[in-house]
Amino acid sequence: MAKELLKGNVAIAEAALRAGLEAYFGYPITPQTELLEHLSKRMIQLNRVFLQAESEVASINMVYGAASAGVRTMTSSSSPGISLMQEGFSYIAASDVPCVVVDIMRGGPGLGNIQPSQGDYFQVTRSAGHGDYHPIVLAPASVQEAIDFTVLAFDLADKYRHLVMIAADGQIGQMMEPAELPPMRPIRTERPEWALTGAKGREKNIVTSLFMQPEEEEAFNQKIQARLKIIRKNEQRWYEYLTEDADLLVIGFGTAGRIAYSAVEAAREKGLKVGLLRPQTLWPFPEDRLSELADRIRGCLVVEMNAGQMIDDVRLAISGQVPVNFYGRMGGMIPMPDDILTAIEETLTRLYSAAGLPI
Amino acid sequence: MHQSFLLAGFGGQGVMFAGQLLAYAAMDEGLEVTWIPSYGPEMRGGTAHCYVVISDKKIGSPIVNNPDVVLAFNNPSFTKYEPIVAKGGLLASNASLITEQSRREDITYLPVPATDIADEIGNLRLMNVVMLGAVVTAHAVLPLDSIKRALEGHLPAHRRDMLPDNYTALERGAAFANALFPVK
Repeated sequence: MAKELLKGNVAIAEAALRAGLEAYFGYPITPQTELLEHLSKRMIQLNRVFLQAESEVASINMVYGAASAGVRTMTSSSSPGISLMQEGFSYIAASDVPCVVVDIMRGGPGLGNIQPSQGDYFQVTRSAGHGDYHPIVLAPASVQEAIDFTVLAFDLADKYRHLVMIAADGQIGQMMEPAELPPMRPIRTERPEWALTGAKGREKNIVTSLFMQPEEEEAFNQKIQARLKIIRKNEQRWYEYLTEDADLLVIGFGTAGRIAYSAVEAAREKGLKVGLLRPQTLWPFPEDRLSELADRIRGCLVVEMNAGQMIDDVRLAISGQVPVNFYGRMGGMIPMPDDILTAIEETLTRLYSAAGLPI
Repeated sequence: MHQSFLLAGFGGQGVMFAGQLLAYAAMDEGLEVTWIPSYGPEMRGGTAHCYVVISDKKIGSPIVNNPDVVLAFNNPSFTKYEPIVAKGGLLASNASLITEQSRREDITYLPVPATDIADEIGNLRLMNVVMLGAVVTAHAVLPLDSIKRALEGHLPAHRRDMLPDNYTALERGAAFANALFPVK
């Protein structure tokens, strides 16, 4: 298919529908609204379910219901709306039902503002709700990745019967870039064997998040942990650029990662040995690759649009092998390539002088 | 080749659409491009802007500190963005509405009486396309024809009747820029 000029939010919506989305439930919130708006038109055209719920709490519980029936389903929102959905995420995770949730992050905390931010990193990667679990979290940095990761999100959700989140920010949602949409997949007609489809003539299926006996609850938790272990092994994804001879590794995801790419290019033009690692999955974090790279770099610079959240995962992966520096903007402010370049130069100067090397 | 554009004006002046025309034209020329709007609580009469970056390589940041080209459609945009045009860059102003003049000597300054030209064609709302015609001519990143094709391909269906007037607007803008900076 030919490339089209597509807005991130619209691209995610159209990709979801082509990946076989059968039912969407959502509530408008900037900077994510075009996603819901596009589906409000297209889902009706295709005779599928589009429902604007009365709130985010209602949306996520409708998703829970649809997912329990084995339907390909999703919702989308932005940071404050994602907070409202957290109880639902936890119930979904504890019920082993697949679904996709899109968070187009905005400035916070609180009502905050509507500008791009990555302040929800902790929230989405740690559990996105109470209890012991992690969603799979995909972090696109372009409109094309937003499309590709949306399709991937549905497949991963089904493969692992797990909650998959797409964590993008207002900039990815609002920007237009040339991108290619996937072909339209046929809607799935068969329901998974665990789904609640009516028990007439068969054993009844149970979808629940309630395990009153602690022994039973622990056994269920062990099952989740075993699955997470497999996901952690199989699904680490990242983009890497000019790391072969890099002394300094810049690490950033999503918008911060693509702006860091510009800074790395500028640094290379100045002859500085700098590379980029851009995590595409935030959970599982690409810890294995980072740990390998830590053996041959002198230090890291983490760039985020928050006060420093992913930096914790970087430190865990690097395990004290090299120093880790940080540059971040908050509250809906976007780092500029020049600012990151300055941080790169300062970090390299510090690393070289600590090693007694000429700068 | 890596060129950044900032288009700014009142909501309703066609800032976003002019930026999209640039983006469509760049895409159709096989170039990399990003378009990103300001998306604060803007409304008709409020200020709005968008950035367009065009490159023959992969684009990192879609937003820049110092755009190579600024198209200012109104006074507040001129005041705010005149100082940040990159050295050696181009500042195009809608001189019909903008009362200020640029005093910078390190940029190319292109004041276009775009609202007046649009009025002569018979529709004030063609101002954005007049500006675009002038800018593309003074700053040869994309051929004028590529903007024409973008108009043909992407003017909304209910505005198709305005296609000939849009072409005229584009050509009048180009002619104005050519008169000011004759092609050597």
